[in-house]
Amino acid sequence: MGEFEPTIIAFVCNWCTYTAADLAGTSRLIQPPNVRMIRMMCTGMVDPKYVIKALLEGADAVLVSGCHPGDCHYINGNLKARRRIKLLKEILPKFGFDERRLKMTWIGASEGIDFAETIRELVAEVKALGPNQARRQMVI
Amino acid sequence: MARTAAIEVTEGNPVKALQEFFRTLLERGKIEALLVARHLPVRNAVMPTLVTDPQQLAGADPLAPVFPINAAKVVSRLTRKPFEGRVAVVLRPCEIRAFIELVKLKQGRREQLIIIGMDCLGAYGNVDYLRFAAAAGDGSSATLDFIRNALEGRGTAFEDFDITTACKACEHFVAESADLSFELLGATLGEGLPLQANTPLGEALLGELGLASTREPAGRKEAVLDLLAQRTAYRDRMFAETAAATSDLDKLMSYLGHCVNCYNCRVACPVCYCRECVFTTDVFDHEPAQFLRWARKKGALKMPTDTVFYHLTRLAHMSTACVGCGQCSNACPNHVPVMELFRTIAAGTQRAFDYEAGRSVEEEPPLSTFREKEFFEVTGGKD
Repeated sequence: MGEFEPTIIAFVCNWCTYTAADLAGTSRLIQPPNVRMIRMMCTGMVDPKYVIKALLEGADAVLVSGCHPGDCHYINGNLKARRRIKLLKEILPKFGFDERRLKMTWIGASEGIDFAETIRELVAEVKALGPNQARRQMVI
Repeated sequence: MARTAAIEVTEGNPVKALQEFFRTLLERGKIEALLVARHLPVRNAVMPTLVTDPQQLAGADPLAPVFPINAAKVVSRLTRKPFEGRVAVVLRPCEIRAFIELVKLKQGRREQLIIIGMDCLGAYGNVDYLRFAAAAGDGSSATLDFIRNALEGRGTAFEDFDITTACKACEHFVAESADLSFELLGATLGEGLPLQANTPLGEALLGELGLASTREPAGRKEAVLDLLAQRTAYRDRMFAETAAATSDLDKLMSYLGHCVNCYNCRVACPVCYCRECVFTTDVFDHEPAQFLRWARKKGALKMPTDTVFYHLTRLAHMSTACVGCGQCSNACPNHVPVMELFRTIAAGTQRAFDYEAGRSVEEEPPLSTFREKEFFEVTGGKD
């Protein structure tokens, strides 16, 4: 068995973090290939159930990343998202999901370096945490 | 200082006294109609009933120890749009609190209502109540037996059951937000049933009816504190036991293991506010090939799928609005302790947003609002 390779689902905003990810890629910044990105029009449309579904399906972590406060293309979607993540960080740990498996960041369109660094840090952190409990078992 | 009036009680029967009070409201044209729990012609069935004819108040019994549904849902339907006149609704404290949540979600209007509440002594589960009422002979005697037992210190347990776990863990048994509330706790029924006005509307009504003011019964404060201490102790034990029983995914799955995805808990929930629940939309009409892929991934797939997913999603959607009425458990055909789980998690989510469901129409529901500067810890201290 090789080293544990986590699967991370990232819900990223079209206007900022997705562009930052693109920039990180075109700038040839080195990043681990553990992240599956899902481009959303805004983090404000990340329903809590998307995050719950990802974790129950066995994702080892979920990243939600949007625009810095004040920069939201839709004025305040990111601030609504912050409340929803706050809510999930209250609920999920009660059922044994480590709080570190749900991460939220603000990464602007020009911050490709930040994006690559966030991914490297998150992958390292989740590797240290080990596999998510849902990965091992049939979830009813 | 809130104003209290005494309603005359004859033959030691507070239900008759309530009926007389409601009759006065209708006959003197103070209200168009009254929504109240009433015995139906069907044996031992008690349901919210919209009464306009004072003669029909004979079976009205808001103190019956049962509430088959949380009436906040019917009040929400009743007040969806403006109508002629004014309606009084007689609700339990948890029904009032659920209705307040619905008002904030624009699914009900308080404007044309007089909300009448009462000290709630608890209720039996729907099925247990049938046995309780049958043993007493009829519904009205059952109510009187229950009230006397509860108020005179003999407790509410009967044969092998008691009031629901939700009621035993409920610390909101006083109807603080009602316009008028009947105060059973600490009252000496021979001296009349105290009716307290909590709002200007309630005070005005007491004035119009020319009811004499009275003092709060001497034993009330102590009776309320006693019950509160009992209820909170029970609640905290329930929180601790439920948290321990669901502390990881394995345990949660075994907790929910008998759930059959009937969604009765969601139908019975007064604050599950979506007009159409996502779990019954085609989002969950998965392709047959999808089921096979999932099965292949782990070697086995429990069907129907998405049981834990459903409960976690419902927790995320409505736990900040949960008033702990217990109708979810009441509606569960397989005795899954749904209320225990939802109240336990709701206590945490409501604390996280410094919110208490049903407390006030002024407090914004946590997920309907946001601030620019808050919860920096979510993004690792950055704003």
